[in-house]
Amino acid sequence: MREVAIIGIGQTKFGELWDLSFREIGIQAGLAAVYDANVASEDIEALYVGNMSAGRFIDQEHVAALIADYSGLARDHVPATRVEAAGASGAIAIRQGYFDVASGLHDIVVVGGAEKMTDLPDAAGAAIQDSAADQQWECVFGATFPALHAMIARRHMLEFGTTREQIASVAVKNHKHGSLNPKAQFQKEIKLETVLNSAKVAEPLTMFDCAPLSDGGAAVVMCAMEKARKYTDSPVKILASSQSSDTLALHHRRTITSFQATREAMKKLTRRSGVEVSQIDLAEVHDDFTISELLALEDIGFFKPGEAGKATVDGQTQIGGRVAVNTSGGLKARGDPIGATGVAQIVELVTQLRGEAGKRQVSDAKFGLAQSVGGTGSTVVMHLLGVA
Amino acid sequence: MTVARFWRENSPRYNLKAARCGNCGKISFPPRTVCPECHRKSIGKMQEFQLSGKGEVYSYSIVHDAPAQFQMQKPYIVAMIKLDEGIMVTGQVIDCELDKVDIGMRVWASFRKLGEEGPGGVIHYGYKFHPEL
Repeated sequence: MREVAIIGIGQTKFGELWDLSFREIGIQAGLAAVYDANVASEDIEALYVGNMSAGRFIDQEHVAALIADYSGLARDHVPATRVEAAGASGAIAIRQGYFDVASGLHDIVVVGGAEKMTDLPDAAGAAIQDSAADQQWECVFGATFPALHAMIARRHMLEFGTTREQIASVAVKNHKHGSLNPKAQFQKEIKLETVLNSAKVAEPLTMFDCAPLSDGGAAVVMCAMEKARKYTDSPVKILASSQSSDTLALHHRRTITSFQATREAMKKLTRRSGVEVSQIDLAEVHDDFTISELLALEDIGFFKPGEAGKATVDGQTQIGGRVAVNTSGGLKARGDPIGATGVAQIVELVTQLRGEAGKRQVSDAKFGLAQSVGGTGSTVVMHLLGVA
Repeated sequence: MTVARFWRENSPRYNLKAARCGNCGKISFPPRTVCPECHRKSIGKMQEFQLSGKGEVYSYSIVHDAPAQFQMQKPYIVAMIKLDEGIMVTGQVIDCELDKVDIGMRVWASFRKLGEEGPGGVIHYGYKFHPEL
């Protein structure tokens, strides 16, 4: 396997992008990444697109060909492939691009992710999110995606004594980080009371415990490390990629206060990279719900089981803390256009590792981790990036 | 959800029929044609197994932001129920005040209406859980 570098990044603003269509979102992110990488369109040998559900959100399937076409890549007949794994769709696209370059098949590959969620009413968008869970054996009985996470939260509170306030503090911290990110959907700080007193979604979770519905796109350009310096002085290396699965339905797990798929993926990531968890400076984790960030922090091994809530309240996961978590604002504040999310995590890590994150810069950042989750921990994809 | 898509799951949804592996004894619900532990050794050996429908609340939530087909019921309790056979299922807890439900509460399965295919459409039935009588 060859070493793989990221030489270009691009991202649209995340949010309710009423003036932009799906294809415009995809192109805007892709072009930004290509300009950043300083590659010509004829250099691009393959395109991968992460997208969860364009078929249901905008009645359009076959979106990889669509984006290739409108990016001007159809003329060169560049192979374009869409990949899907619910919330982890973008991260899986990153992984496919990584395989492609690492295998030696191609030297330069573009990986993008996009979702257009706000062309539908909120209720319809939420129903599509629910489809990441088991439609036949969870949702039919009245479980929603937030309700499944609420049950995780309730159980975490029982088993570890995690408090409602500790869970809510994840949203407060991520909004604080989001306020420093000009591309974030929400750039406003919130108070703990805002989270606790906002509309109930699925008790104990409220609206401010949940990531929003968002439009947005993100893209990166990958290049064989041996050729990366032709294009950039600051390549960022993909040190390792890993992926694990678990049961589709949450009720088939032995435990619901931990995602075993994260634990397994982390073991592989550590083995493949040789980098210990204590060396990691920053992490973008899948906070589709506040409780999900606490599980991620414990399953990755930043904190012991049951201790991530307290650590969050103590500021250990803020910029300047022991490990800076979701410096972009995370899914909660940066926004969660599902297919783009896993790619946007990588965009944030590269921005930080290049030292270009401005007001939210983590000082002396060398290693950054991304954890992306599909469903309630049914798919977990992780990447470790480092300064080359 | 179309008629056939629901109808073909009637046996487990109506009667909590599971599958028991003839090789290792593991119970799977919904029934599976291959045991997730024994793999090919279980092929042709999966037997029908009747669950008791008795168990306890493992975790729960009260749903306020409800999907379209549950609008008339909100707020409602949805729970993960650990059945006495060790199987976990997801279902609503009914005939229970919202502030009375708790983890560990004993519940029994009951045959109820789950929803319908719009006005005049097919009615879907399946299990919900009520407090132990």
